Amino acid sequence: MEDIAQELLNGSRLALSRAITAIENEYDNATAIMKKLYPHTGHAYVLGITGPPGAGKSTLTDKLAKEYRKQGKTVGIVAIDPTSPFSGGAILGDRIRMNSLTLDEGVFIRSMGTRGSLGGLSHKTADAVKAMDAFGMDVIFVETVGVGQSEVDIVKAADTTMVVLIPGMGDDIQAIKAGILEIGDIFAINKADHDGADKLVTELNMMLDLDGVMKEWRPPIIKAVANQNIGVTELVETFKKHHDHIVSSGQLTQRRTERTKNEMLDLLSSNIGSYITRNIVDTGKIDKMVEDIKAHKIDPYTVVSEILQNMLK
Amino acid sequence: MDKRIRVLVAKPGLDGHDRGAKVVARALRDAGFEVVYTGLRQTPEQIAEAAMQEDVNVVAMSILSGAHPHLFPKVVDLVRGKGMKDCLIIGGGVIPEGDIPALKAAGIAEVFTPGTPTGKIVEFIKTNVK
Ligand code: B12
Ligand SMILES: Nc1nc2c(ncn2[C@@H]2O[C@H](COP(=O)(O)OP(=O)(O)OP(=O)(O)O)[C@@H](O)[C@H]2O)c(=O)[nH]1
Ligand SMILES: [Mg+2]
Repeated sequence: MEDIAQELLNGSRLALSRAITAIENEYDNATAIMKKLYPHTGHAYVLGITGPPGAGKSTLTDKLAKEYRKQGKTVGIVAIDPTSPFSGGAILGDRIRMNSLTLDEGVFIRSMGTRGSLGGLSHKTADAVKAMDAFGMDVIFVETVGVGQSEVDIVKAADTTMVVLIPGMGDDIQAIKAGILEIGDIFAINKADHDGADKLVTELNMMLDLDGVMKEWRPPIIKAVANQNIGVTELVETFKKHHDHIVSSGQLTQRRTERTKNEMLDLLSSNIGSYITRNIVDTGKIDKMVEDIKAHKIDPYTVVSEILQNMLK
Repeated sequence: MDKRIRVLVAKPGLDGHDRGAKVVARALRDAGFEVVYTGLRQTPEQIAEAAMQEDVNVVAMSILSGAHPHLFPKVVDLVRGKGMKDCLIIGGGVIPEGDIPALKAAGIAEVFTPGTPTGKIVEFIKTNVK
């Protein structure tokens, strides 16, 4: 493929797929692709779906996607599953709940492994979302890995974040309060066909009462039964309300400014990191430096500032 | 560069035997591959489209029902039709020896029958993936 970015912009699904691979694997052409795609991004509404393992995130995403398709919107889905820290391999199983979307030409689903990232996404998730955005997807879902309490990177990537909880975890709700409960713009109480859904709604409401007094948006709590398509239209309406709210309150702009800033800083530090690896570590220069520092011929602070000065030349 | 071999493990047709597919999926994960598992009852069209969206290096199909002579070649054609020229396509399951030459002629790179040690499958992929 000659010019992946151009072909993606022309509407080639294979090019979209190849672009995501180039980004994810950090191929030499990845930066050039992103440069060309960037001007075409910023149109999609990015929805984060997070929650504990097995809560029904993928099943809900499948149903929500179908609802947006009924409205004529195109849908991208990036689904993350954990990479094994031992083998580096992964079983990417989210797609299994979304098989009936596969042949819909208005939908594109891509599974990604975390590849060492600990925040519930992979390092390249944001760029994969950008590729789908540039391709022209109206709505992009990002499904995180099954999270505990500290994997909250999704708030940095999404415009609206939905936290999916299930009954039966009621006693644990205090424990997870510190983490994922704070990032929910919307709560879905899925598996409401199981006992304890109302109890969970009550508890969640009590917690929101405690910390929500000053907030201009109180996260709605919606009961759902994903595999029976119950609660799905209500969730889509709630997404719309939240979207309207963040647009009119200026929060969307604020969130995206913050995101742009974070992404720029990430890019900067990762480029500095790879400069150092390429020029100092791979060349073996580091060994001489370490020798000299150890022998007290020079101090590490001077060495580092010299490296930085050389880099900026 | 952070290249990892990506494999789609798929069960085409109505065959409900999924033990072998799951065993293979797990073995490939343990070998460091990223395995997209799509579950039972996939049509050849779904398999080819998923392979394209996931940009996998390998499509690995499992059939124990006897439907392989029709389904395997169909998937090969559809995957190639998506522009996935380099994608390695392999199959396994209960497949009579006599059927294997025709499957290979149709573009299935290798066929693995019951009793195959999973290490052999991993080796084959590592050696032949582009
Ligand atoms: C267990 C089993 C079942 C279980 C399945 C459980 C499950 N969820 O998988 C149950 C009891 C449900 C079952 C049901 C049936 N079964 Co049954 N079953 C078997 C049996 C005994 C073992 C299969 C197995 O799990 N092996 C263990 C796994 C690990 O091995 P494997 O799948 O062969 O995989 C290995 C290799 O083949 C290879 N491999 C497999 N797939 C792939 C894919 C790739 C990409 C690669 C690289 C390698 C690879 O690697 C694996 C590791 O070595 C076989 C007989 C046999 N010895 O094979 C019959 C067998 C497959 N069943 C058979 C039949 C007929 C049926 C039924 C139709 C019976 C009936 N009349 O109701 C139903 C149909 C079910 C359905 N919905 O499709 C026949 C099929 C005949 C045919 N092909 O012509 C067989 C061959 C028995 C026989 N000799 O008649 N079955
Ligand atoms: N009873 C019931 N089961 C459900 C409901 N929603 C999903 N499930 C089932 O729950 C299981 C897990 O669903 P998934 O959608 O895979 O959950 P997930 O949160 O994506 O899981 P991970 O990605 O592995 O963390 C599946 O067997 C679903 O069919 C529901 O509302 N009620
Ligand atoms: Mg999932």
